[in-house]
Amino acid sequence: MLGKIFFLLCLSSAWAEDLCSKAVPPEAYYVRLSIKTALGDKAYVWNDNEMFLFQATLAFAMRSQFSGQEYNVSNIVVCDETPRVSFWFVVTSLEDPSRLVSRGDVEQAVRKSRNRINSAFLLTDQTLEFIGITPTLAAPVAPNTPPWLIVFGVVMGAVFAGILVLLVLPLIQKKRKKNQPMEDEDSDEETQVKTAENGPERSGVYNMSFSDDDKFTQM
Amino acid sequence: MRLVIPNPGLDQRIPTYEDIERMEKEEAGDRPKWDNKAQYILTCVGFCIGIGNVWRFPYLCQSHGGGAFLIPYLILLVLEGMPLLLLEFGIGQRLRKGSVGVWRAINPYLTGVGIASMLVSLLIGLYYNTLIAWIMWYLFNSFQNPLPWTQCPLNDNATGFVSECQRSSTVDYYFYRVTLNSSTSIDDSGGIHWPIVLCLLSAWTVIFICYIRGISTSGKAVYVTAILPYIVLAIFLIRGLTLKGAMNGVKFLFTPDVDELINPSTWLDAGAQVFYAFSLAWGGLISFSSYNPVHNNCMQDAVILSVITGLTSIYAATVTYTIIGFRATDRYDSCISDNIVTLSNAFDLPEDSITASNYEAALNHYNTSDPTTVLGLDFKICDMQKLLSEGVEGTGLAFIVFTEAITKMPGSPIWSVLFFVMLLCLGLSTLFGNIEGVVVPLRDLNVLPKKWPQEAVTGVTCFVAFIICLLFAQNSGVYWVTLFDNFAGSVPLLTIGLSEMIAIVYIYGIDRFNEDLKFMIGHKPSIFWQVSWRFISPLIVLVILVFYLVTQAQKKLTYLVWDPDSENFPTMASVPYPSWINAVVFLLAGIPSLAVPLYALCRLVFVYCKKKRASGQKSQLDMKGQEAM
Repeated sequence: MLGKIFFLLCLSSAWAEDLCSKAVPPEAYYVRLSIKTALGDKAYVWNDNEMFLFQATLAFAMRSQFSGQEYNVSNIVVCDETPRVSFWFVVTSLEDPSRLVSRGDVEQAVRKSRNRINSAFLLTDQTLEFIGITPTLAAPVAPNTPPWLIVFGVVMGAVFAGILVLLVLPLIQKKRKKNQPMEDEDSDEETQVKTAENGPERSGVYNMSFSDDDKFTQM
Repeated sequence: MRLVIPNPGLDQRIPTYEDIERMEKEEAGDRPKWDNKAQYILTCVGFCIGIGNVWRFPYLCQSHGGGAFLIPYLILLVLEGMPLLLLEFGIGQRLRKGSVGVWRAINPYLTGVGIASMLVSLLIGLYYNTLIAWIMWYLFNSFQNPLPWTQCPLNDNATGFVSECQRSSTVDYYFYRVTLNSSTSIDDSGGIHWPIVLCLLSAWTVIFICYIRGISTSGKAVYVTAILPYIVLAIFLIRGLTLKGAMNGVKFLFTPDVDELINPSTWLDAGAQVFYAFSLAWGGLISFSSYNPVHNNCMQDAVILSVITGLTSIYAATVTYTIIGFRATDRYDSCISDNIVTLSNAFDLPEDSITASNYEAALNHYNTSDPTTVLGLDFKICDMQKLLSEGVEGTGLAFIVFTEAITKMPGSPIWSVLFFVMLLCLGLSTLFGNIEGVVVPLRDLNVLPKKWPQEAVTGVTCFVAFIICLLFAQNSGVYWVTLFDNFAGSVPLLTIGLSEMIAIVYIYGIDRFNEDLKFMIGHKPSIFWQVSWRFISPLIVLVILVFYLVTQAQKKLTYLVWDPDSENFPTMASVPYPSWINAVVFLLAGIPSLAVPLYALCRLVFVYCKKKRASGQKSQLDMKGQEAM
């Protein structure tokens, strides 16, 4: 039993090495990580353990896409790792290690679990790139009532209230002043003084140019 | 100089010194007055300092040799701006009337100058308030985080952004598509864009409430609208100077290129800018100074206003260019880092192995070792000078460059609100003078019934203007605004300014004007004013007018359109105007300019006909008398 497993492992690693030395197969996806750009000072060093995590995460993605099929770390073959931290990988099928899972299936799996893959590495769609798999973009935040309508409503409300106040206030003042002199006359019957009213009557009339103008120009 | 055209009847048309002093003592007449001198100065400052100081002067300064541009600007400020300013202040304060009243009093045949001022103020007011409506739209939209112009909308299958936004930029898309929904040509009106209608409504109602009782309400409003921009500019200056790359912008602005001084267009642009900056020939300044007490020192006012305008222009230009420098540096840095990423991706180099400092060396190394790969890479061209000089004038500055720069500053919504409140105040205070230049002549010409109160006159004017402004709410509105900007405010203003100077110096009489000033302020104006009024200022305005007409006549009428289908998108495409635009240009520029001679001609014909009729009737009466005898 142990012997069989050992044999299979040797075979798969030999097969993997074989795969890497050949040309890039069409089912491969190219991956690029930009850890320093994403994390700056808190960037971790990329090493074999991180690579193992990547393989495990991708196996997880394949498992959640194709339920029942138990992909393993050994099914994810990684090749051509560079100092940039970029490499390409293929997924070998469960039944036959020499066959590769198609691009479409791998893409679906990656898309479904993209968020989980990103969070495993503390990266984003832009810093963990799968070349060929465009990220689905988040829709821009759009509140139900556009905020500008609210501000517009507030401003217009204030302006109309101001206009009402400015137009109605002099009318009220006029009424009040009209009532006052009448009361004075009632109480003051001996003196026949007529209060000269020149304020309220003229409150709305401004800016009249000389009425003399009519005398001089005929046009 | 004794050259004065005979002007009979002048003394009967204008009040004498005794009349004015008496009226002032008795406070007879319902003429409005300033509450205090500060209100008057603030109103004039607000009128002169407008949006153009933020988005036109800095561009002129930078494109005409930086610090060297200040030399022609300041020289022409003193030789052209100040004398014209004192002329308008003096004549308004002396004759105590608005623009139509003043010219009618000097000579009834000159009423056309006042009518032209009114028409120009109306046309400029229409498109200026549309700019304010756009500013209000951006202001209303600034109360959210993140700001709406930071994001592109997604396309249908959510894999990318809308193509128009992807190819241009989020701020371009927001301005041309979301705000204006601009069509591809001025022919294609494309229907009304209702958010702009709402903003126009709010702009006109704000103007209405501020000017509802004439200067008694607008005089209170200017305490805010004239002072707030200075405070906001100071805040932006402090913020701007602490941003990375600000000094690049300031250096770019002020680096002098003395060769530009030999170029005549530098002097022409400086002269035109001084003329428009002082809002001369709009009629508003004459109205404002007519509300002054008769012995107000208008010469001092003219000098103070000139100094304030000059200093504010330089101040605003500095602040603007700190922000422009910041944006250009940010863009340059991201351009370089994009190129670095391209290079390190292509050669699989570890991150941080190439930095901005060794990028050039690394590029050369790889170019020599592996030229084919390098050629195949898509490197962007990072040009700091180009970034500093792009889009830095007009609406492009405020709505595209500045909005983008604000999104990169921490706490963007606050800066956006501050910036657009400042632009709003600058625009509103200019509009107060504008609407004064429209409403007062309307009353003088008895277009509206005399017994209507000021509120009704202002209301009707604002309402009619709002209806006409719906022209700018169409999808092609932005092209109409540019058309108005180019033609309504250029030639007519220069013509009116020239006519004003000739009218006062040669028809009213410069000697009489000197006597008036001596009566009002206590001493006769010095030789500087005499020489500039008689020769220098009219000559400068005439030269600018002639050169402007010559260059306009030679240019083909083209305009820039936002066309996603054009070849050089996102650069705006240059398209010729349709032929019916010539009629519109004539209406905008020709009618106000021609109003001056046309009115005089009409009046001549009218008076001649009347005389003929009168003499015909007289001879009929004589004949009847002879027959009776």
